[in-house]
Formats: sequence, C-alpha cells, structure tokens
Amino acid sequence: MLPVHHPSLELLLDYAAGSTGEAAGLALATHLALCPECREVVAQFESLGGALLEAIEPAAVPSEALDNLLARLDEPVPVPVPVPDRRSPADDATLGPVPQPLRGYIGQDLETIRWKRVMRGVEQADIAVGRGRTGNVRARLLRIGPGVRVPRHTHAGTEMTLVLAGGFSDGDKQYQRGDFSFCDRETDHSPVADDDGECLCLTVIDAPLRLTGPLMRLLNPFIRF
Amino acid sequence: MNFTAAGREPPAGLIAGLVPSSVFASNGKMPDVPSPAALDGRSSDELLVAIARDRDKDAFGLLFGRMGPRLKAYLLRSGIAPSQADELVQEVMLMVWHRADTFDPARAMASTWIFTIARNKRIDAARRDRRPEFDPEDPALVPDQPAAADRSIEQAEASARLRDAIAKLPAEQADLLRLAYFEDQPHSAIARHKGLPLGTVKSRLRLALERLRRELAGS
Ligand SMILES: [Zn+2]
Repeated sequence: MLPVHHPSLELLLDYAAGSTGEAAGLALATHLALCPECREVVAQFESLGGALLEAIEPAAVPSEALDNLLARLDEPVPVPVPVPDRRSPADDATLGPVPQPLRGYIGQDLETIRWKRVMRGVEQADIAVGRGRTGNVRARLLRIGPGVRVPRHTHAGTEMTLVLAGGFSDGDKQYQRGDFSFCDRETDHSPVADDDGECLCLTVIDAPLRLTGPLMRLLNPFIRF
Repeated sequence: MNFTAAGREPPAGLIAGLVPSSVFASNGKMPDVPSPAALDGRSSDELLVAIARDRDKDAFGLLFGRMGPRLKAYLLRSGIAPSQADELVQEVMLMVWHRADTFDPARAMASTWIFTIARNKRIDAARRDRRPEFDPEDPALVPDQPAAADRSIEQAEASARLRDAIAKLPAEQADLLRLAYFEDQPHSAIARHKGLPLGTVKSRLRLALERLRRELAGS
C-alpha cells in the first residue's frame, strides 16, 4: 500500500532547498522512505535547485582559488563524517515498522524505548534532535491503543504526523502507514486510532497543543503532547 | 585597493574599505565568468564523467571555472560570510573530485548533483542540525514503482525543459522561488521581507511549483 496523504509541495520544496529544521526534516525524510511518489517530487525540486544554481549571478572567487584547489586534489581523501547513531539492520524481523532515517534516531527495538504514559491508551517518547534552529520544535513517537480517541485539540503552531504502523481516522479521512498529515492553527480535531491494532506515529510539533474539549480545557496545563 | 581604477564601480551601498577583499579577484578586477554551456563545448555532465573516469584535472579546472563562482554566489546569498564561502567552495569542489564516481549521468544532471552537495555543505556550516535523509539501501524503504522508470527522459532533455520552464515563469513567482532556494529562510520570513501576506507567498510558490511540475512532465 502506497501512502495517499502527502506533505504539501511547499514542504517538499523546503526540504529539497535545505531550509527545513532537523525535526521537520526527520518527518519528511521518513515519509520519503515510504513514498516513491514524493521521492520523485523531491528529485525534481533538487534539479530545479541545480538549474537555479547554474543561472545565479556569479560571485568572483579569489584568483588563486583554482591553484589552491588543484594543490589539494592529491591530499588523502577525507574520511566521510560518520553518521553517529545510524544502526544497520540486523535482519528483517527486528526491522519492525521503522525505516531510516528515523530508525537511526530511535533504534530498532520499540520495546527498549522509554515510553511515558500521557493518558489512558496513549504513550509518547521524545526523540532527541539537534537544537540548532529547531527551537521549541519537538519530535515524538506516539503509541495509541486500538480505538482510542485523542482528546479534541487545536494547535498553537503546526503539527506533522507520519503513521508508521496501524492507522487512525480524523473526520472523514483515513490515515495508514506512510500517510502524512499537517495541521495548523485552523485545525480542531480529535483523531481516533483504528480498532484493529495499535497505532504508531511520529509527530513533530512546533508549539504545545491546546485542548479544546470541555473537560480537557482544565487539564490543558498538565497535558502536553 | 582601488576599485574605480580597475574600471568598475564598487557595489552600490558598499564602501570600498568595508568590502572584504575576497569578494574580488586579487587583481581588483571582476574576472570574466563563463556561462555554463560556453567553454570548450563539453557539458558539466561530460566534465564530471571525465573527472570520474580519467581523473582529468583539466576537466576539473573547467568545471571549477563554471561552477566555483556560482557556488560562491549561492553560499553568500544564504548568509555565509565571504571568507567562509571561499573555503566552502573549495570543500564542495573537493567533494566533487573525490565523489565523482558516484555521479550517474543517467539518473541526475551534474547541476543537480552539485547543488545537493553544496546544499548539504551549507547546512553543515550554518547549523549544528543534521539533515535527515532516507537511505536508498534500507530494506525498509518502499521501492520505486516500475512506472517511474518508464517516465524517465534523457537528462539533457530534462535540463533544457527545466530551463525553459523557469524562463517562462511570471517574474514574481520566479523571484519567490529563488528566495526559497537561496536565502535559507522559512516562508514566513520571506513574506515579511517582501511585505506580502504569508498566504500570498505560499500560493505563489505553489502556483510556480505546480506549473514547473506540469512542464517537466511534458504535458
Ligand atoms: Zn508522499
């Protein structure tokens, strides 16, 4: 099954241009691992970047630049910077539902992750991403029990969600493995996990959620997804 | 250094003493920068293939003459300081030299390949963040659909179509596109900078992208 819900063209453009932060890049790149269609779009946008690069107004380089460069060609090849926490898959059985690059951030085995209970049927685990300009953007895994409804909420900022296993429905939309959803201030929603199994998602949010259901408003300061 | 003596005015708004000398060639003149397809008639793709196959330093010199000043312009526009930009241009070109054998002219254009190297160098230099990327060898990756291969067209043709399509974009869309690629800014900052509502920036970009994609698909 190929994904049916994709990131917007503008998000894919930002990724291809290199202006997404690490957390958003993690959600987008993991979607790309599951979505040949969006990989093709990103490849197109990269060729667009190449064409714009060729057409850019050139800036003069120092006249000795080429000589300096030629003198460095025979230096030993720099060792490629190792990606520190990328684990190679042991075998398909332990691979589970998590493709690269996300697997490099959380490891293979979902059971070794330290889950925190958020509410009945919902657990979350923070994913450490670089702090650079990520600011208050957070990446998290969410594990939602079969049939559990996430309390009604809106977003102070934006929320990206990528389904890794299971599925959920949100209004009249169905999300399955590989599907990507993007919510902003205007979205007021209450997604429900499918009945037939646990739903595992990666979420990236850039501001805390606001719960909008009647009781939940009271809990708001205490619950942070 | 005396700019006017070399027959050129300094860039508007800059005082000679404040301009870092590395922006200019050391003889005080702006060197002539050949346009991509000029010079000895070989395309960048052909030069890269010669570099990979024959370790051809002449081809490398030509490619540097073509891409070096453009890489520098790209890095400067993203906000990198001129002296650091010169060093990064060297690093990008060194990587081009060492990785040339991984360039596959059947799968990408040279300009695309070099752009992705420069983009990643820029990200490394500007932030501590990493750029997450999928791994084409990952067994968990959902493979390309067979149909995708049938749609592949000659890279040279794709390249010509792309240039054409960009040239045909309305100026306001092309302008935003360049900002999106070169300035390393989120759309909200672009909107502020341009004095446009964010929604307008987004819808213009989207129009440009949809249009380019249609043109590329050859419809
Ligand atoms: Zn997709």
